[in-house]
Amino acid sequence: MSTLSISGLNVYFSTEDGPLHALKDVGFDVPERRIVGIVGESGCGKSTLINAILGLLADNGDIRSGEIVFEGMRDLTKLSARGMQDLRGLRISTVFQDPMGALNPVLSVGRQMTNIQYRSGQSHSEKVARAIEMLKLVRIPDAENALARYPHQFSGGMKQRIAIAMALMMEPALLIADEPTTALDATLEVTTIELLKDLQEKIGCSVLFISHHLGVIAELCDDVVVMYAGEVVERGTVRDVFQRPSHPYTRRLLECDPARQTQRTRVLPTIPGEIPDLRARPAGCVFAARCLDRHDGCDQHQPERSVSGGHAVRCNLVGSRQTQGEQA
Amino acid sequence: MSGSPILSVRDVQVSFPVGGLTTRSAILGVAGVSFDVHRGETFALVGESGSGKTTLARAINGLQHVSDGSITFDGERIDVLGKSGMKQIRRRMSMMFQDPVGSLSPRMTVGDLVTEPFRIHGTEGRNLRDEANRLLTLVGLPADFASRYPHQLSGGQARRVGVARAIALNPSLIIADEPTAGLDVSVQGEVLNLLNELRERLGLAMVIITHNLHVVHHVADRMAVMYLGRFVETGETEAVFAAPRHPYTAALLSANPEPDPDRAHDRITLPAEVPSLLSRPLGCEFHTRCPWAQSICTTAQPPSGNVACHFPLEPGARPPSKKVPS
Repeated sequence: MSTLSISGLNVYFSTEDGPLHALKDVGFDVPERRIVGIVGESGCGKSTLINAILGLLADNGDIRSGEIVFEGMRDLTKLSARGMQDLRGLRISTVFQDPMGALNPVLSVGRQMTNIQYRSGQSHSEKVARAIEMLKLVRIPDAENALARYPHQFSGGMKQRIAIAMALMMEPALLIADEPTTALDATLEVTTIELLKDLQEKIGCSVLFISHHLGVIAELCDDVVVMYAGEVVERGTVRDVFQRPSHPYTRRLLECDPARQTQRTRVLPTIPGEIPDLRARPAGCVFAARCLDRHDGCDQHQPERSVSGGHAVRCNLVGSRQTQGEQA
Repeated sequence: MSGSPILSVRDVQVSFPVGGLTTRSAILGVAGVSFDVHRGETFALVGESGSGKTTLARAINGLQHVSDGSITFDGERIDVLGKSGMKQIRRRMSMMFQDPVGSLSPRMTVGDLVTEPFRIHGTEGRNLRDEANRLLTLVGLPADFASRYPHQLSGGQARRVGVARAIALNPSLIIADEPTAGLDVSVQGEVLNLLNELRERLGLAMVIITHNLHVVHHVADRMAVMYLGRFVETGETEAVFAAPRHPYTAALLSANPEPDPDRAHDRITLPAEVPSLLSRPLGCEFHTRCPWAQSICTTAQPPSGNVACHFPLEPGARPPSKKVPS
């Protein structure tokens, strides 16, 4: 059973200039006990997707069609606001990019960590004990005394670890982590990733990890979903997608990562062009305007094609491409 | 590099007062830093957040009071200049701030934004519309962008406008604070290529501040690694990447996540806790996190020079399996 199973999801926003098709036919699974990464550039729909899952779309946003099935039974798109509230924090929790924004600056860490256990029905001392236990799990030194301290007394990396501790306190089935390491530096980024992986195994939850950092995704995730302009253009295991990228966008994205250029170069690769206007989506492939392999077939609707078990791509070159890819 | 440096920083310290009325003290955000930047050269400042990179950049640009040391720009001592003196200097030394969209006034058009430097520093004999066209062409934006507002720009386009503002007055030095932060990888390359091209075409010197090591590798001629407000290692970029000599540099380089799931990670892991600037460690300030630390490191300051370490690493050195901290 999958913890989260999304299929045929279409989200629109009404704007002054007409409806904006923000997510188009999005579908993928977050299997139990797996870490799934979502990678894509600004405007690819990552945030809209998270908000759709959490039932937090802005007022002008609308899920027109599709399902978001949680733990095999509940379709989150049909859940009432109240029903969604009962899931958030308890079964589905989140960690965001900015830990300072997630913590209340005027309350001590201990106060915040006991407050959020309001649904646990435990006594105060039990809540405190649980808070200490979680702080130890995320390796905050001197956890007992840390409870009395305020967020500003911790470093950025520690604040993010406290936010992770709070998100995992109720042992949710799904953790949604939205760019949790973007504000951290390389050494702290790596320790945070390792910690997240550790805790995920201990708690046995699934993780949906959003990032635009390809290196972090490669290191942390089991599966990866590549999004472009509100569509899933490629998905599969991290190994399949990173080693045999089959969508031209994925390939170009990987080429652009300066980390892939082991030889020092003065001219870095780029992807010229812009994301299409989502108010007037192209009928065919959404990446065609920037694609170097564009041909007539790209003007047709692009269904998802299977490359191999679990590795799927929205590109009509798949199949004829494969042999070429292996030579390269 | 020949000739005198365009920028020369000597033993610069920047201190910030902390505490209340009874417990006044000061912390050193920048704790004695020296380096030169030559014409046409790109110099990168690398380090974790809080290591003092931005404070140092602001001190060079006169936005932050320098408590000790000296800064010489184009042969002139600038850390002692007043406001109006510094305004003259900023014609030739421009700064690109971190947030590409946030550093542009939302109420000004792109045309007004790129020509603002002329309005501040005098426009004698210039046609601002022509200047706007010239600058937009130079940074690769269509001339009709002049009538747009910042919210109509993508992150990459906003960065280009920032670059246009920075080069408007033909400076000899640009200080770019995190020029690629928040940009997508496909756009990041565009901005760096643009800066590199302009540097070559206009003979600019650049100081780039970043914590993205991959960026440093491709654009910088020389680099310095900062830790708690000091340089722990300085050198030619290629040499530093090939064989880092300070343990902190080695750990930073080994921590860089790379987009290959099968890469064997031969990481040097550091204890995560960065010491507070309020209570700097004695001796070598990195010893609390250093896997190679010996007893001398806890008491004596490391020698100054390109590598601030008692025991600079041999190429390919691995941390000792047993930590022996005296």
